[in-house]
Amino acid sequence: MSKFSRAIRDHAVPLALIAPSILVILVVVLLPLMFSFYTSFTNYRLIRPDTLWDWIGLRNYQRLLADWDFWVAFGRTILFLTVALNLELLFGLGLALLVNKITWGQRTLRTIMMFPMMFSPILVGFQFKYVFNDTIGLVNNALQSLGLTEFAIPFLVDRWLAFFSISFAEIWMSTSIFAILILAGLFAMPKDPIEAARVDGCSNWQVFRHITLPFLMPFIFIAMTIRSLDVARAYDVVDVMTGGGPAQRTELLWTLIARTAYDDARMGRANAMAYASILLSIFFTWYFFRKLMDARKHLGAF
Amino acid sequence: MAEVKLTNVVKRYGSVEVVHGIDLEIAHNEFVVLVGPSGCGKSTTLRMIAGLEEISDGEIKIGETVVNNLPPRKRNISMVFQNYALYPHMTVSENLGFSLKIAGKSGAEISAAVANAAEILGLGDLLERTPAELSGGQRQRVAMGRAIVRHPDVFLFDEPLSNLDAKLRTQMRVEIKKLHQKIKTTIVYVTHDQVEAMTLADRIVIMKDGHIVQVGTPLDVFERPVDTFVAAFIGSPPMNLINGHIEADHVVFSDGNRLPVPPDFTGKLADGRQVVFGFRADVLMPKGHTLAESGVVTDLDLKIDFAEPLGSESILLSTLGGKEIQARMHNPRPVNEGEVLTCELHLEKCHIFDASSTKNLRE
Repeated sequence: MSKFSRAIRDHAVPLALIAPSILVILVVVLLPLMFSFYTSFTNYRLIRPDTLWDWIGLRNYQRLLADWDFWVAFGRTILFLTVALNLELLFGLGLALLVNKITWGQRTLRTIMMFPMMFSPILVGFQFKYVFNDTIGLVNNALQSLGLTEFAIPFLVDRWLAFFSISFAEIWMSTSIFAILILAGLFAMPKDPIEAARVDGCSNWQVFRHITLPFLMPFIFIAMTIRSLDVARAYDVVDVMTGGGPAQRTELLWTLIARTAYDDARMGRANAMAYASILLSIFFTWYFFRKLMDARKHLGAF
Repeated sequence: MAEVKLTNVVKRYGSVEVVHGIDLEIAHNEFVVLVGPSGCGKSTTLRMIAGLEEISDGEIKIGETVVNNLPPRKRNISMVFQNYALYPHMTVSENLGFSLKIAGKSGAEISAAVANAAEILGLGDLLERTPAELSGGQRQRVAMGRAIVRHPDVFLFDEPLSNLDAKLRTQMRVEIKKLHQKIKTTIVYVTHDQVEAMTLADRIVIMKDGHIVQVGTPLDVFERPVDTFVAAFIGSPPMNLINGHIEADHVVFSDGNRLPVPPDFTGKLADGRQVVFGFRADVLMPKGHTLAESGVVTDLDLKIDFAEPLGSESILLSTLGGKEIQARMHNPRPVNEGEVLTCELHLEKCHIFDASSTKNLRE
């Protein structure tokens, strides 16, 4: 005990200085986390506060395993993530390579490129809700005026079209994150290995494939890590555009969890879902981080 | 067979011309060094041969092919870069074999060629490492290995040793020389270091401000510099150059000292002509500390400012015609500051340059 009190006395100043931040983290992060974790083992319903003490053990989790809606949303989220991330990578890479070629007006173009990131996701949701609307929407109007279709296309109603529409909005909003990070990679890239490869017999495509792309991989994986966390918790754009509907056709994990928690007021159950779906985010972060480390290993000294 | 022929090659960036119509013929298996101060256009010239820079005007031929519009990969050249330019994400053996892999060679062929190059350059133990795990000298060797696996028609070196420390540089210089003896190939080598140029080259090309000033063997350019620029650039210490004018077959300096003009120039120079008198430290030696050499000798009393002992010889610093000059003392003895020594100047090895055109007046 005397050892402990001596340690406190010896480090009194540093301890006093970090105490406030530890306190803040405890109150703001750790307590709510523990509270929500606790409620996932109860039958807590928002409209009946006393159910907070209704301990039901693992029943929420057991029900989850058999909950078809949850697993469909889970799978759809993975699909959404795969489609969005891959297309954003492809478009972002293309955009970055093009912008990198431009010498005049590049700064302006870079700023313009970032515009989509400056809008609140809610507003992006509204924007595309009206773009894809079947009666007053821009796209339907254009298609009908051009005579390409006679009937309104139900972009936000049909199962696959709705999925396409929310993916489109997500990709529109976030491709520039990939583009900016990849462009940063292109700027940082040494020119010598490229020239060496050209002398070594590479065509432009081979230079890109064997030299440029491996160099860009760490930047791509950083973007992937950030975006996988982003997309795995996608909520705002989807909620505004389709609300997960119609009839749960575009339900993603977080629209489902939010509905369970606030519309159905089943907070305990929703928290159990949230903890299960966090595994998804953890998996993607771990996966991309490992890829990133692999890709960076050899580039470290350059 | 691959000779390289440059005919009136010009390089412009926008309206700025940096290389002004260069003509140069490099023979098969010849080791040619382009040397000059930074900004003289030597690297640009090399990069035009490589195809990394476009040629604004003129013609470059490798072998019988005009390569003006060929991309680098179709010129069958290889190049060693100043910063090594290794592929950071590949191991040493992948770096070495990369060009063969691109050329679609079989795995067996590639590993044989890689093993051979590793053997020549002593890289055997390093094949599985990545460039990040190598020292500067090792990276340099890998860069050279990468160049030789392809059996190119022409080797291009762009200041390959300037990132190494002095000791390693001397060592790699010897290795490059040996490499050339082992794998006879045409080499074009760019450097700003005249010692590298002198020691490596079959022929030296001295460049300045986008022009070729002189082309010749190392001894040629050392003994017969065409102008004061070459005289000052080649050789260490640099040639002593003192301004003066001609008076009755003598050069008269601003401090009143006078020296007879060298035998080659006797009677050829009009009185009053402004000239630069040039001689190397090697031909000015204190009496009793000379090398046994015959020839036309004149004596000169010099007050020594100070001496730099190098062991086997000393460099003496003195002043003549208002310029600091250097003399060489063989079998040195200690020299006091301010001591006056009578020195022998070997006149037939002295030069006279025109003061305004800076050209050597011997030719």
